[in-house]
Amino acid sequence: MSNIGSYEDRNKDFDWSLAEKELGYKDGDTINIGWYCSDRICEMGKADKTALIWEGLGGKEKSYTFNEIRLASNTIGAFLRELGIKAEDRVCLFMDKIPELYIGFLGVLKIGAIAQPLFSAFGDESLFVRLDNAKTSAIVTQRKHVAKVRKIIDKMPYLKHVIVVDDDGRKPLREREIAFSLENAVPVESIEIHPTKAESASVLHYTSGTTGQPKGVQHVHYSLISQYLTTKWVLDLQDDDIYWCTADPGWVTGTSYGIIGPWSLGVTQCVKDVGFSAVGWYEFIQKRKVTVWYSAPTAIRSLMKAGDEVVKKHDLSSLRHLASVGEPLNSEAVIWSEKVYGLPFLDTYWQTETGSMMLTNFPGMKVKPGSMGKPFPGITAAVLDAETFEQINEPGKVGLIGFKPGWPAMMRTYWNNEETYKGKFKNGWYLSGDRSSIDNEGYFWFTGRDDDVINTGGHLVSPFEVESALLEHEAVAESAVVAKPDEVNMEVVKAFVTLKPGFEASVDLELKIMNFIRKKLSPLAMPQEIEYVKSLPKTRSGKIMRRLLHAKEWGEEIGDTSTLEDDE
Amino acid sequence: MDEMKDVILEYVTEEYLEEDDDEISFDTPLISGGIVDSFSMVSLKRFLENKYSISIPDDKATPEAFDSVNKIAVLVQEFVK
Repeated sequence: MSNIGSYEDRNKDFDWSLAEKELGYKDGDTINIGWYCSDRICEMGKADKTALIWEGLGGKEKSYTFNEIRLASNTIGAFLRELGIKAEDRVCLFMDKIPELYIGFLGVLKIGAIAQPLFSAFGDESLFVRLDNAKTSAIVTQRKHVAKVRKIIDKMPYLKHVIVVDDDGRKPLREREIAFSLENAVPVESIEIHPTKAESASVLHYTSGTTGQPKGVQHVHYSLISQYLTTKWVLDLQDDDIYWCTADPGWVTGTSYGIIGPWSLGVTQCVKDVGFSAVGWYEFIQKRKVTVWYSAPTAIRSLMKAGDEVVKKHDLSSLRHLASVGEPLNSEAVIWSEKVYGLPFLDTYWQTETGSMMLTNFPGMKVKPGSMGKPFPGITAAVLDAETFEQINEPGKVGLIGFKPGWPAMMRTYWNNEETYKGKFKNGWYLSGDRSSIDNEGYFWFTGRDDDVINTGGHLVSPFEVESALLEHEAVAESAVVAKPDEVNMEVVKAFVTLKPGFEASVDLELKIMNFIRKKLSPLAMPQEIEYVKSLPKTRSGKIMRRLLHAKEWGEEIGDTSTLEDDE
Repeated sequence: MDEMKDVILEYVTEEYLEEDDDEISFDTPLISGGIVDSFSMVSLKRFLENKYSISIPDDKATPEAFDSVNKIAVLVQEFVK
């Protein structure tokens, strides 16, 4: 029997207080995610239960019980406090998927500071704009990433501490850098948990928009309520499960469902901090006896490419429930997974801003391959007319996806950007920026983004950010960046550039520009293709018309070109 | 072949390793080792195609085929005339 039971029954008289009650929370109480994910689980009698099984490079393995997670997060929290980190200070976690990332996240929250996880593949420029926006007080990182911090630290007087979790003493640390070893630190049995309340800021995740710099999506400790319940009902986590969320906590899935969801339920999770390979992943599932697997369409399509034979060579019989997130899951992937694993991947739809799942396919519900599913109980979702923002009731008609604000994990603002935050709401709806239709049975069907943001492998990339970085390359005069269709990643970044006088188009230059962006921003933002053009299509007022370039890439109608400067 | 492996190793070291990373060998896992991710694989492929004037079909450019300098050299050798 699944945790949700009947979706229809759960929808009747649904109230989020159901989750509050299960978590023992009452309005006005202290609510601290760090405590809920460790101390509370120990108090429930699960102190000796395994919380985390971790595998790294070269066959390294570590395992932590909930009590060890409690002690280790206390220890990190106490260390940060001793350094002078206070409640609401931003503490960036800039690490690969190592245990310190997961445990440090809880430690930061326990002292009331705001956790700011960032994807460790970010280059120095991407790192800088995010730290600068948040005016981050401390960054917790690894030796291998310190070089990126050193490149930008002089521009960040507010960044007081660079904490290196794996310093081996081989090279001297510099000013503001300090070593911290979780393994060698004296475990702190007890620390004063900061009395955070429902609306206290908890996590700051950065996401990209069409224009402007990345936005800091600010969440609060009360988000726990919906993260807990969606994990329980959608991922169906039960006490004896072994759960594997493949997402990196540098992104929201990795925190909402790679830390908070499973640990607030006291469930064992495993983490593989090793790059992708089909064989490696299947071996991991087999060895760890993974029962619930939450992954992403890009990974699933990569597994499809690896073929059915490799599946047959592994014992994956422990799997009982599969779910997916990040971008629309194509029907072929759902059908294929049912064929080879005997289980369909169930798609879930939500965003950094929503903090928890919004539209999902539930255990026990009829699966329509390719559909995003139905709203989670308590979520009012609709498709809206793009002009009037009125609800569209006609089945099959495409509109903007909107949600009625008010669920617990909804973002509370964009950090230092209230104006953009307010712009996300129209006519009483939160606008997701995606378009879909609803069929006559209430299932949502994704049709595309409503803006130019590129969704590559489930990660949003701002064309503006890439275009700006391209202009910093010595050879590039002008640039326009659009999404290009891709079989595995759904979309990848493609750049159109004009060159400055004295530079000649060549494959060698293309490679140099690609690597320039990869190092400056991130591998995700690196154009997978660069097309040299003599000029870019512009409006008569000089604005680059990305729309035309996008249409060309996708084989779509170009549409109205009356404002085009010229048609060369 | 040995010269080709040296060239690839030098390129990977130069482009993908951080300042303080340990040195890599011809057998160091690149993709499964997290040194080169699937997105960055595209620029590595482009480098190889440019350097050796070859075209590697997408279905051959798998994470497994790119997982070490040795494996990459075997793949490239397949296409070098």
